[in-house]
Amino acid sequence: MTALTQRVSQRVPARFLPVLATVVLFVLTFGVGSASYDGFASGQIIANLFIDNAFLIVLATGMTFVILSGGIDLSVGSVVALSTMVTAAGLRAGWPVPLVVVAVLVIGSTLGLLMGLVIHKFDIQPFIVTLAGMFLARGLCFLISVESVSIKDSTFRDIATAVIELPGGVTITYNVVIALVVVLVALYVLHRTRFGRSVYAVGGNEQSALLMGLKTSRAKVGVYVISGFCSALAGLLFSLYMLSGYGLHAVGMELEAIAAVVIGGTLLAGGVGYVLGSLVGVLVLGTIQTLISFQGTLSSWWTKIVIGALLLVFIAVQRGLARGPRRRQTLTS
Amino acid sequence: MKNRLLWPLIALAALLVLNLVVTPSFFALRIQDGHLYGGLVDVLKNGAPTLLIALGMTLVIATRGIDLSVGAVAAIAGAVTCVHIGTSGDAGTAFAGMAIALVLCAVLGLWNGFLVAGLGIQPIVATLVLMTAGRGVAMLVTEGQIITVNNDPFRQVGAGFLILPISILISLAVLGLVALATRKTALGMLIEAVGVNPEASRLAGVRSRTIIWTVYVFAAVCAGIAGLMISSNVSAADANNAGLWIEMDAILAVVIGGTSLAGGRYSLTGTLLGALIIQTLTTTVYTIGVAPEVTLVFKAIVVITVCLVQAPKARAALSFRSRKVAVS
Repeated sequence: MTALTQRVSQRVPARFLPVLATVVLFVLTFGVGSASYDGFASGQIIANLFIDNAFLIVLATGMTFVILSGGIDLSVGSVVALSTMVTAAGLRAGWPVPLVVVAVLVIGSTLGLLMGLVIHKFDIQPFIVTLAGMFLARGLCFLISVESVSIKDSTFRDIATAVIELPGGVTITYNVVIALVVVLVALYVLHRTRFGRSVYAVGGNEQSALLMGLKTSRAKVGVYVISGFCSALAGLLFSLYMLSGYGLHAVGMELEAIAAVVIGGTLLAGGVGYVLGSLVGVLVLGTIQTLISFQGTLSSWWTKIVIGALLLVFIAVQRGLARGPRRRQTLTS
Repeated sequence: MKNRLLWPLIALAALLVLNLVVTPSFFALRIQDGHLYGGLVDVLKNGAPTLLIALGMTLVIATRGIDLSVGAVAAIAGAVTCVHIGTSGDAGTAFAGMAIALVLCAVLGLWNGFLVAGLGIQPIVATLVLMTAGRGVAMLVTEGQIITVNNDPFRQVGAGFLILPISILISLAVLGLVALATRKTALGMLIEAVGVNPEASRLAGVRSRTIIWTVYVFAAVCAGIAGLMISSNVSAADANNAGLWIEMDAILAVVIGGTSLAGGRYSLTGTLLGALIIQTLTTTVYTIGVAPEVTLVFKAIVVITVCLVQAPKARAALSFRSRKVAVS
């Protein structure tokens, strides 16, 4: 095993190893599924992975930005719930769909901006600020309505049920397209813009980034705006998926998003990681859920246990990698 | 020290006064069948689990750590005890069940300590593992059912009275023990040393790893006892909802009490105040007739206000502004 990793590491730069490990894991879990169950290795199952997890992909993308910058955003699940609630309540009140979409995205981004500003201007830990954001967003849901509000708007329902035929008889929804566009845009922003460079730099070492003359404040606040925007968008996708708004939607989804990002090989300490890794991380989580539903006799709580175990393995792997070549940097932590 | 506790005290007093205005009978206490009843007693009784978990959390946070798994651990403790008790009604089974649950919790704490101190994993991530997997384990124990028990000795832990509710007596006893153990011995100073600079304190001869293991085990045992209170109060184990978000409440209580998440100095009295503030807030929202779910909005406002008031940067900005006003 060590010989193998050494051989691999000679060809691939060490920074790609965690992502590579995630891809291998995805192939393995999917391989296990295909070998065990008929009909698992079909194009539609893969498409379903994307359809069922489109919102999580968007969420994990936003979370990747925050974690890369060395922060954390616990509010995303609640912002998803708030977005479903605003969507449902807005449509019930007869607002046109575009207005609802804009309102939701503005609310999400504004919440993100506020949290980012508090974190940056007052030097309060992201954990606590986004925790407050989480409470606030969930509370606001219940302020709108304590009950679940179903979405009856015909335009919205049409978008939700519309399918796109791909070659090979595979169908996907518009949710998937939106999620993939978000990933592509995130890739561009992270690797081809100054802002993206600054996000990596701030996560690597904020002091150095500041001394290099990078606009650290813009990066630090910006990642929370992006995360807020992504959460709101994920909330819209979630309302398309569930066709209802409810304050108890997406409870604990922030943890799923963080788990996907960590399993995708991003260091929680910041500075190292890729959006594509998070995408594969989401797919791994989705595959495990599909496996458990195919298996039939295993109960749903096994999903949680398996996700916990996977988290552990990946953290241990990251730890091992960090101890190797980057030992001097991590000694202080 | 006094200065740090001033704002939490003011917040608590303000909440209590608000309650007095809305429900004048809030402070009324009456004794019935040797039990003390009243609004304040309710606050204490319902706040006992949060206080207990917050105590464990305080020490963990003082070492620059955090424990997200306490809610899941509480759920496991309740689940294990209720499954062990089953249909039995005698005290022996109840105590055996509770003992098994607490030993298991200590093992879970050892596990967290191993990840943090042994492998050197960031505390947020290390305890996230158990937070995610722990609820799964609790559901595994209860097989996804809500297990109800009918055992009077067990019921006493969370719902019993010894003039005051037994649960708050347990929490206060633990508070007293921790205060004695950390403030009358060097332990408290060592914990703060580890929080301020783990590497330096290790070089100075502090066994920082042992201390980190200890605080995680302590936090898990506290969570276990709190889990017993929660499930005993309703005589049932609900793997999904027992102790849900209690880790957040506990962290809030600690932060409101003036202990910094960056580790180092901690205040047990502050944590007591923080836990009381959170519980009074929840009770207040109930009594003024707002939907209980909206409590979250108030919690968010309190957290942000208290954090802003305590943040050095915000204070500096405020005092700068007031000085400018004074000059002009």
